[in-house]
Amino acid sequence: MLIRRVLLGGVTVCIVSLIIFAGVEMLPGDACTQFLGEYQADEELLAQCRKDLDLNRPAIDRFAEWTQGAITGDLGLAADGTTKISTIVGDRLKNSLLLAFCAMAVGIPLALLLGVVSGLWRDRLPDIIASTLAIFAMTIPEFVSATLLILVLSVWLGWLPGIVLTSAAAPASEFFPEILLPVIVLSFVMCAHIMRMVRSSVIDVMASDYVQMATLKGVPYWQMVFRHALPNALLPAINVVALTIAWLLGGVVVIEVVFNYPGLGRLMIDSISDRNLPVVQSIALIVASVYVCVNLAADLLTMIANPKLRTMYMRK
Amino acid sequence: MPQSPFIDIKNLSVGYTSRSGKTIPVLRDVNLSITRGDSIGLVGESGSGKSTLALAAMGYFKRGLHVISGQVQFDGIDMLNIERNALQRLRGGRLALIPQNSGQSLTPNLRIGQQITEALRLHSDLPATSFDAGVIDLLSQVRLPDPVGLTDRYPHELSGGQQQRVAIAMALASNPEALLLDEPTTGLDVTTQAHIMELLRDLAKDRNLAMLYVSHDLGAIARVCNKVMVMYAGETVLTGSAKQVLLSPRHPYAHGLLASIPRLNETSLPQALDGRPPMPSETIMGCAFADRCKLADRTCYSSSPPLNHLETGEAVRCFHHDQIGQLNQKTEKSARSNPVAADKDTALSLANLAVSYSRPRLLSKLFALQDTPPSTVDRITIDIKKGETLGLVGESGSGKSTILKTIAGMVPAQSGNIILNQTEPLDTMVEKRPAAYLRQVQIIFQNPDDSLNPRHTVAQILAQPLRLYYGLSGTPLRDRSIAILEQVRLGEHYLERLPSQLSGGEKQRVAIARAFAADPEIILCDEVTSALDVSVQAAVLDLLDVLKRQDGTTYIFVSHDLAVVKAISDRVAVLYQGRICEIGPVAAVYSAPFHPYTDALLGAVLEPDPDVAPRLKADDAVELSPPNLGCPFQRRCPRKLGSICETNIPTAQEIAPGHIIHCHISQVDL
Repeated sequence: MLIRRVLLGGVTVCIVSLIIFAGVEMLPGDACTQFLGEYQADEELLAQCRKDLDLNRPAIDRFAEWTQGAITGDLGLAADGTTKISTIVGDRLKNSLLLAFCAMAVGIPLALLLGVVSGLWRDRLPDIIASTLAIFAMTIPEFVSATLLILVLSVWLGWLPGIVLTSAAAPASEFFPEILLPVIVLSFVMCAHIMRMVRSSVIDVMASDYVQMATLKGVPYWQMVFRHALPNALLPAINVVALTIAWLLGGVVVIEVVFNYPGLGRLMIDSISDRNLPVVQSIALIVASVYVCVNLAADLLTMIANPKLRTMYMRK
Repeated sequence: MPQSPFIDIKNLSVGYTSRSGKTIPVLRDVNLSITRGDSIGLVGESGSGKSTLALAAMGYFKRGLHVISGQVQFDGIDMLNIERNALQRLRGGRLALIPQNSGQSLTPNLRIGQQITEALRLHSDLPATSFDAGVIDLLSQVRLPDPVGLTDRYPHELSGGQQQRVAIAMALASNPEALLLDEPTTGLDVTTQAHIMELLRDLAKDRNLAMLYVSHDLGAIARVCNKVMVMYAGETVLTGSAKQVLLSPRHPYAHGLLASIPRLNETSLPQALDGRPPMPSETIMGCAFADRCKLADRTCYSSSPPLNHLETGEAVRCFHHDQIGQLNQKTEKSARSNPVAADKDTALSLANLAVSYSRPRLLSKLFALQDTPPSTVDRITIDIKKGETLGLVGESGSGKSTILKTIAGMVPAQSGNIILNQTEPLDTMVEKRPAAYLRQVQIIFQNPDDSLNPRHTVAQILAQPLRLYYGLSGTPLRDRSIAILEQVRLGEHYLERLPSQLSGGEKQRVAIARAFAADPEIILCDEVTSALDVSVQAAVLDLLDVLKRQDGTTYIFVSHDLAVVKAISDRVAVLYQGRICEIGPVAAVYSAPFHPYTDALLGAVLEPDPDVAPRLKADDAVELSPPNLGCPFQRRCPRKLGSICETNIPTAQEIAPGHIIHCHISQVDL
């Protein structure tokens, strides 16, 4: 079972990489037309460039070579033919991981706590406050809430720096305290989704027959909550958390642009506008792999945490 | 000196607040007292407030409900004004609950051992070191096999009967003085239910418990209770000893309820109790039951009857309790349709049908490994005549629903043939069947909540078969829909309703109407009355019988309820582990000679009569798959002959024309 899931994940990444490669191949123009810019009309130069960059070989061959490289960690050269992609992307990946990690460290515990509290105190004051905030967080576009926070915390109060000026290659420690504002915005947004999910799951479980039975068996309230209700209520949260993590690692373009944060998302946008297709390919591949890995991890965790699934595979 | 009541509920009214701010009562001025050694049965239709009352005895009210007035005392303790910690010590301690549907009442993430240990830790004086021994002791007390191995299991790994026993063991952990049972055997097989009832009887006797037993199953009540209280629309309408209430009920509602139960010793259809109870939100002017009562007169509609205490010890809420005798004259038993003539054509033939759910895995396919388990259903050969009703009975796992699904084309057959009208073989995949064949075979499911699309109106639901098979639209479609609705005794005004606006019985009528809209030759009924109250069940059975008489439809009727099958069927097949044990005309199957399994099943049926005790012949072990060789019933059979039963498939013995028993025991000994 486990082996099947891992293999399936591998196949998914392969298919995604093929689609990415094919998609880039199908775009009009190539690295050379972009690189040469206004000189691309010159057939000779173009031919020479394509020969230099090895673009004349059949796509299949180049795909094979590219995948081979990708597996060993060598993503090849950027479109300018000199910079190694792994260096550019590596720095950005580190920065994205840093941002994602900080946002998770703040957002996930907070989301679980708020979700449980508002589920237990359903329709009472704590729930009303938390749920209203969550709806705000989900409906206000990220760039609006980001801009508002910059205005308040940075421009008016001057507590935190408003944008990130540290260079992409700097070590993680230099991103503090600039990283704090993007972390606050991100955790605010991710918190809302997870919290709503946890809340409804807690409400369902608290209305279940086994929670009623635990109460009528004489289990004191908090013991009932921690032993009987929460382990079951938090199971469905695992998958939402996984999706959120995957989103944090690959999809926070808007936040990165607003705060000038040198992460993967912004590199992707920049590379697309530069027609730096090898870099675009590489990022797409990384993001796809992250999605597959995180979801795989979530499924595994669910399997371990859910006795029904666990016994299905263990006792067979 | 009479004992002082142990559980004492006085003038209790409970209600909820509606959206408009009105208080809607679900219990109205109810009194109930139970002394030690008493066991009281609480009876009523769904929505009568019986579960609410039982939980109120523990000081528990479901979310949204609150006490309007009244008192609840347990051994002198005021359960409504008690400090929370003290209340939690009582709950599951001196006062324990055995819940409805234990499968959902056991916490899924905790092992059986952990859950019972928790009860011991909270409520017993045992030192922590002897919890494990205590758990094993409790599990063996409720006669669970392999108690040591069971402690490590999760609830979902147990069968329904085992889960119910675990729930009982958990309730006994604290050595309670009072036991509340909320429909504890609903959904269990007859043999399992009978065994659990005997266990509860013994427990109550041994420990001198005060017991409150909530059930809609009067057979179960008759077996364990010495007193019975009947509730209707949140009120007590009748109390008395079990014999008084179950044998000569003095309230028209109890009378109707008892008449609506199909019995094994009767051949006619049970008497339907028409109408439905009032909704809690309706204002009731007079007697709540007046609308459905044959004795009702003008007084009954204008003033509400008080609870009269009779000299015989009963209490009755009825103005006309002395006229109950007239009800027996007023109710003429509805005659059953006659059995079909033997020379009728065959509507459907099942020829050596076999079904297997196990798919050979890729590896075993490649290496031709022979590890295929025996088929779930095997050797089913039955010819069903036109206009005949064939009943299929058996416990859960007997393959009865699988056979229906295979006929409907929802589960592919492994081998064998399904032949319609003698000449037309049906493909096992429903997708490959031509529309004309599809029309001829229709199915009605157990639970109309699941089988009716909640977003389709009744008109839309009925339009589907009419459009598909007859291409109707516009006025003809509407006219035909109304005609069909009237056939199932629902009117034109139901067309625009959604399923959620219908009662359980009305929903099932719509499901029946949908099946009849196709004007089929054969209707497959899969436990069609199991989700309904008994009074509604009787009405649905009657409707099916009337429709059959009009249209000459053939039914295959699957149910776990032997009395229901007896009431509606012409011929019955008894199934065990997907094999036929016995088949024959209904009268022959329900009387000796029996197949040992039929005998065990019939013996376990609980009749709503306190004087009838069940005969428990076979244990209630759950078998997950049939044995590889020999007789399917060999492992549980009380009359097993020996190795022949393990190696040879029993031959079919024709006891009488059409009555066949598959058993090695010779005909004279059966």
